[in-house]
Amino acid sequence: MLQSTEVLREKPMRIVTPTVQVRAREPSVSQEEAPPCIVASHLSAFFGDAAAVKDVSISIPQNAVTAIIGPSGCGKSTLLRCFNRMHETVPGTRVEGSVEILGSSIYGDGTSPIAVRRHVGMVFQRPTPFPTMSIRANVAAGLRVDSKSHATRGATSEIVEEALQRAGLWAEVKDQLDESAMALSGGQQQRLCIARALATRPRVILLDEPTASLDPLSTQKVEELVYDLRQTVTVVIVTHNMQQAARVSDGTAFLLMGELVEFASTRELFTAPKDPRTESYITGRFG
Amino acid sequence: MTSLPVDWLEKDRRKLRVDASAFSDKVYEALTAACALVVPALVIAIALSIFAAAWPAFAKLGLSIITTSNWDVSGGHFGAAPALFGTLVSSTVALIIATPLAIGVAIFLSEFSPSWLRQPVGFLVDLLAAIPSVVYGLWGIFVLIPLLRQHVMPFLRDTLHLGATPFFSGPAYGPSMLAAGVILAIMALPYISAVSREVLMAVPRSQREAALALGATRWEMIRDAVIPYARSGIIGGIMLGLGRALGETMAVTMVIGNRLEISASLLSPGYTMASLIANEFSEATNDLHLSALMAVGAILFIITLIVNAVARWLVWSVARRRAQ
Repeated sequence: MLQSTEVLREKPMRIVTPTVQVRAREPSVSQEEAPPCIVASHLSAFFGDAAAVKDVSISIPQNAVTAIIGPSGCGKSTLLRCFNRMHETVPGTRVEGSVEILGSSIYGDGTSPIAVRRHVGMVFQRPTPFPTMSIRANVAAGLRVDSKSHATRGATSEIVEEALQRAGLWAEVKDQLDESAMALSGGQQQRLCIARALATRPRVILLDEPTASLDPLSTQKVEELVYDLRQTVTVVIVTHNMQQAARVSDGTAFLLMGELVEFASTRELFTAPKDPRTESYITGRFG
Repeated sequence: MTSLPVDWLEKDRRKLRVDASAFSDKVYEALTAACALVVPALVIAIALSIFAAAWPAFAKLGLSIITTSNWDVSGGHFGAAPALFGTLVSSTVALIIATPLAIGVAIFLSEFSPSWLRQPVGFLVDLLAAIPSVVYGLWGIFVLIPLLRQHVMPFLRDTLHLGATPFFSGPAYGPSMLAAGVILAIMALPYISAVSREVLMAVPRSQREAALALGATRWEMIRDAVIPYARSGIIGGIMLGLGRALGETMAVTMVIGNRLEISASLLSPGYTMASLIANEFSEATNDLHLSALMAVGAILFIITLIVNAVARWLVWSVARRRAQ
């Protein structure tokens, strides 16, 4: 971990450098477990003086789906928002501790939150398409923001198609790319937002209760999509729906009152929880 | 399990029947309906009486009221084209000056300002709308016009060499279309700014977060997510400011120079429809003259009505999208 920090100090603005990528894939970590993607140590997040996340240390594996579950107000969304530095966009908030993503400290000195967010995508509880933009422009919105890396228009339309393919939306919208994004259904809008987040080719994608406002059929589509995404990207999903966590995730973290109670493989956590509080929660005794 | 009495509503029903509430409801309904009818009726009555009074002039002079420039009371010629031109030009100049300023203030207050500064600055901007127009006129005559004549006009015409274009040529007397435009800009600014600020602050946090999560900087977020979302509301605010500028009378009459002539130069004096009416109504002795002034008023009324209707519709369309 110390060595990785050294790498960051040389190039503090870039999170995903080829060297870091290679380092992360080196079989220095044991072969059975996937190498860690997000490593949080002693992470605390505050709203004013109130701590929403308390001293959480967790190591989230790469190219896997990790679910964060817990009752309402347990800090699971806040924890997620610490992984792309969105937490600090709310006035009066503060973060303590450290988070490393693929070996780079995202809270390190001189690290820009904007650079972090360009590599760590996020999708919110409610679909947030930009209402005045077409479907195409919505998917490309993150590219336009990052205009230096994708110069030509042809490249943009390829990226738009690829992102929509990955989000499982291409077949449904390929003939109406220039129509308003508001013409889509809620579930399609949410998959559009996932496509928008994927278009910048992030290393990590954070999903904050992405199906909370969707009907069961749209929920199923998003879940299938999340399940497939693990091939290419690290996914962290916050959900209050335990069945969802069980269906889509490889590992599950249980959060209670801002504290990480237990983090294990999803099978283990749901069948043989080690902590009695986890057991009470998953058997429905509270929450 | 206890069962309800057979007719469990009976008691209430009896009570309501003897109660006066049903009757008083009817009284309130009738009263409020009367109020709601009086106001639209008033608007329609005013419009109808203006058009009725203007009708003789329209019948006799036709479109020459707005297409000709000869306003000769004793000769019976009433061509108000310079006044229509002056109204449109002074308002356009006002919008060109006021719009960037007002939107700049609104963006600063809604996006960048620390919260302790937001209230006082917003209040001061809103206060511009509270200053009586005759006070603006007085300030215009004794402060703005000397400033324009001695510094701004020579600077524009000579230093920037804009005098080579027809828009800034000729002598700088002071009272001018430019002076009217500047005064109107100050007067329209609070309207544009207040509406823009409201619609910018109404852009949901989810839209801002969506842009930030894509790695947008503060400015990119404002440009790509906030302003497009608020765009039609901001345009509505500009139209409201335009409505204000078109109808403004006192301050403009005091600084525009009141000359019935169409001149391309903003340094030349001009006239507006509102000023024309204000200056001549007391001397309108013959019927055609009075009717011609009414006709000018009717045209101004139609223009401001359309501008305001479009403005309200645009602001409303933003509010409606927000509600969805």
